[in-house]
Amino acid sequence: MTRIDAKFAALKSQGKKAFVSYIMAGDPDFDTSLEVVKGLPGAGVDVIELGLPFTDPMADGPTIQLAGQRALDAGMTLDRTLELARRFRETDDTTPIVLMGYYNPIYNRGVDQFLSDAKAAGIDGLIVVDLPPEEDDELCIPAQEAGLNFIRLATPTTDDKRLPRVLQNTSGFVYYVSITGITGAAEAQATDVGPEVARIKSATDLPVIVGFGINTPEKSRAIATVADGAVVGSAIVSQIGAGKPVRDVLDFVKSLSDGAHSV
Amino acid sequence: MANDLFNSFMSGPDEQGRFGIFGGRFVSETLMPLILSLEEEYDKAKDDPSFWAEMDDLWANYVGRPSPLYYAERLTEHLGGAKIYLKRDELNHTGAHKINNVLGQIILARRMGKTRIIAETGAGQHGVATATVCAKFGLKCVVYMGAHDVQRQSPNVFRMRLLGAEVIPVTSGRGTLKDAMNDALRDWVTNVRDTFYCIGTVAGPHPYPAMVRDFQSIIGKEAKEQMMKAEGRLPDTLIAAIGGGSNAMGLFYPFLDDKDVNIIGVEAGGKGVNEKMEHCASLTGGRPGVLHGNRTYLLQDDDGQILEGYSISAGLDYPGIGPEHSWLHEIGRAQYVSITDKEALEAFQLCCATEGIIPALEPSHALAHVMKIAPELPKDHLICMNMCGRGDKDVQTVAKYLDFDMSDTEGRAAD
Repeated sequence: MTRIDAKFAALKSQGKKAFVSYIMAGDPDFDTSLEVVKGLPGAGVDVIELGLPFTDPMADGPTIQLAGQRALDAGMTLDRTLELARRFRETDDTTPIVLMGYYNPIYNRGVDQFLSDAKAAGIDGLIVVDLPPEEDDELCIPAQEAGLNFIRLATPTTDDKRLPRVLQNTSGFVYYVSITGITGAAEAQATDVGPEVARIKSATDLPVIVGFGINTPEKSRAIATVADGAVVGSAIVSQIGAGKPVRDVLDFVKSLSDGAHSV
Repeated sequence: MANDLFNSFMSGPDEQGRFGIFGGRFVSETLMPLILSLEEEYDKAKDDPSFWAEMDDLWANYVGRPSPLYYAERLTEHLGGAKIYLKRDELNHTGAHKINNVLGQIILARRMGKTRIIAETGAGQHGVATATVCAKFGLKCVVYMGAHDVQRQSPNVFRMRLLGAEVIPVTSGRGTLKDAMNDALRDWVTNVRDTFYCIGTVAGPHPYPAMVRDFQSIIGKEAKEQMMKAEGRLPDTLIAAIGGGSNAMGLFYPFLDDKDVNIIGVEAGGKGVNEKMEHCASLTGGRPGVLHGNRTYLLQDDDGQILEGYSISAGLDYPGIGPEHSWLHEIGRAQYVSITDKEALEAFQLCCATEGIIPALEPSHALAHVMKIAPELPKDHLICMNMCGRGDKDVQTVAKYLDFDMSDTEGRAAD
């Protein structure tokens, strides 16, 4: 059982919905980013998604593109990203960390080496945007064998015929992308999302968490009402991008998590 | 016999869209159903005579195919060795090979009921070809072009706008061709229902590399017949320039199983292929990685971050290369070399002076390699080089590099 599995089991027994937050590792610099990450559990975050910076983030909107650019400009690398996770683990051994990014930096490291480094750093799961089920042999299968969860994105274009394939090798939770589009663009509508979540839940026992287009405590609450939890990324990242003090960023995160936890 | 079939170099890609380890489908889940449906539609069209009948008609009457295979007599004499033929794809409508592929994809888009076409472009040639065919069929066309390229290729931007396309300058990343491709993919992910992504080269997720190759293979098919007619045998050496590699793949593919035909791809060496990385030679100076939906050779740093390429030629200015080229490189069926800006400029001028053909900077790279090897080869050695684009778009760039004042009306010649 990974920290992710344990966390969702605990939330379930408490009858609580999950709040998941995304930030880019090393944005705007290593120390600030570490301070934010360390403050996330206290701000009500159940699962931390940690972005691995990449030069060509094809599924991301401007907010997260710029965050990745800031991190890279500040000297962020795969090793430094894992170092950030390791430093967080010195103070927190229960909050799950999901590393989220693109395949090339991982492929460049070598999959086996990467998996052992990630595990040693205290990473619990992976979301790799450009690895669909058709490429499961690349990283998904080896990751599960190494004891890491591989979390798959399901989208509005994932029809009933394709859904079993998407769910087949998924573990930890399913991340439902609420819109067709990039991060931080359109706004998710709970009325559209509800039936889609129900459709996915009828095909899996895994928790279904919804992300993309959630940017306020109200949205966070509305989405958590129809799913097992909500993810917020761009809205938090844009606060960091605007140079807000860490305290203010964490207050904003707390308001979002309160939204999801009030269900 | 069965053994011969298994050894064919023309059987790729496999069901996973792979050429050896290269290629594949490295895209987000949102796009996955779209590329699967594209693959299905393309497989149907490929076996449908009416699809090819429509292509053949447009190739003949709209593009002006077949393009001539031209014996470059004075160039041959000047170099004093191998007999040089140029495949004149620069004579196509819109001035380059790009339209061969665009026609195929747009006909497919129409069959799929798509009403909005998006494309990325570097130098603007693929953008112009896409805007042209969209105008012909009355389709909405949106072209993503790096903000940097919009500035240095302004005549092509105006051309696309005249043709009714919306040109979107891309400022994300560093504002170059790879960023334009990122933004086109972001558009596609957002507008999945009505939009068709018309990729300009033999890269991207399967089935694009194979599909674009198939459409461009008309170049090699014609060249083969024309060379048989002119010389009664196949050429000894094929040479083509490579950015993403679509004109080269189009020329090479029909010859892959003709094992006596020597195949050479020419990458952009920019200011020289060294640790400063001021070039676009993915095969000579890069290593395998995953970008834009496929695994292929890429220019990247130690951490797997993608580097910007550099070349005098905006059309070769891409940090990757089509996956089939990566495979042909690894198995040794084709040889890949690089040519610097300086060498390409010399070839550009020589071609103007000896043949009365102003070549684009892209095929000038191929020509520079012809200049290197032709003098050492016997006179009965047949070279077929793909003259894939004309140089009208490049005269300003060349004038700048040659320090030629275009406002000088006294008639000083560039030297």
